[in-house]
Amino acid sequence: MTTASVSLGASVSSQSRFMQLALAALLGIFVVGFVGFSHIDAVHNAAHDYRHSMAFPCH
Amino acid sequence: MNLFRNVVFVAAIAGLVAGVVLACMQAYATVPLILKAETYEKAGGGHHHDHAAAPAANSDAMSTAAPAGNAMSSAAPAADDLASAQEDEGWAPADGFERFAFSVVANIVTGIGFALVLVAVSEFAGGIGNWRQGVFWGLAGFAVFTLAPGLGLQPELPAMPAADLLPRQVWWIATAAATAIGLGLIVFRRSLPLTILAVLLIVAPHIVGAPQPDSFETPVPEGLHHQFVVAVTLTNLVFWLVLGAVVGVVRGRFTGTATSLRDSFA
Repeated sequence: MTTASVSLGASVSSQSRFMQLALAALLGIFVVGFVGFSHIDAVHNAAHDYRHSMAFPCH
Repeated sequence: MNLFRNVVFVAAIAGLVAGVVLACMQAYATVPLILKAETYEKAGGGHHHDHAAAPAANSDAMSTAAPAGNAMSSAAPAADDLASAQEDEGWAPADGFERFAFSVVANIVTGIGFALVLVAVSEFAGGIGNWRQGVFWGLAGFAVFTLAPGLGLQPELPAMPAADLLPRQVWWIATAAATAIGLGLIVFRRSLPLTILAVLLIVAPHIVGAPQPDSFETPVPEGLHHQFVVAVTLTNLVFWLVLGAVVGVVRGRFTGTATSLRDSFA
């Protein structure tokens, strides 16, 4: 489907490629989860309007 | 970690741009409606603005209210006044600039988070080669993270009743995941049985059904809520389109061979 020359990480092994992309996706999920779904009061209050505006479950 | 670094770089730029755009749209379209709904919340006091994680340490402030552990229930007594309600919730940014600033930060940080997911997943499928491919990926992100969860759990305003927080979060995340897998199967597997499976995956969370509150009674007017649902849905649509398009542009600059990826999608 694609070749190494047009991907973001030219010339990395497919296993390393999978690990790096999976790591990036997990990092993104963690960031969104912490800001949008954390039960810590201060985090909830800081991002309160954001959570409502993104239709994340809130309160 | 060359690839990882590049993914983070592209995601950081796209998330920053889309996050700022979303924060600006929210300041005009959704936040005024949230503030309006909060006036009903403070006036009515029918819904205890709290969540299941309320620490027991605040129990002195809760003396007239339900035990902190299940204060989430919409049946919590209305006895607690505004002052104690604020104390219950711990630190919060001051209204005005501070509150707005934290919203902007939340938008940018999660914008980068969503961008990381988008860029990483799209790299598995060959990468987003240009802004137009990015727009289609953005539509998929909108369907996964806004449309599908929003069908069962409508965007809610303060002072609106809702089921317990944790089951709703679980349903939200499961629905987004099922929809994402379903869309991926339809677009990239090109097989009829897998497409049928994908449709089942996308429909299943809505057959199970999202956790709903015991009663939908709320002091918030129906018109205000409807306006909010429209505002949330449209601002998120624009956010995802911008995010996808910017990823396409930045990644194209990065690789310099954007157009050769065209046939990797659709």
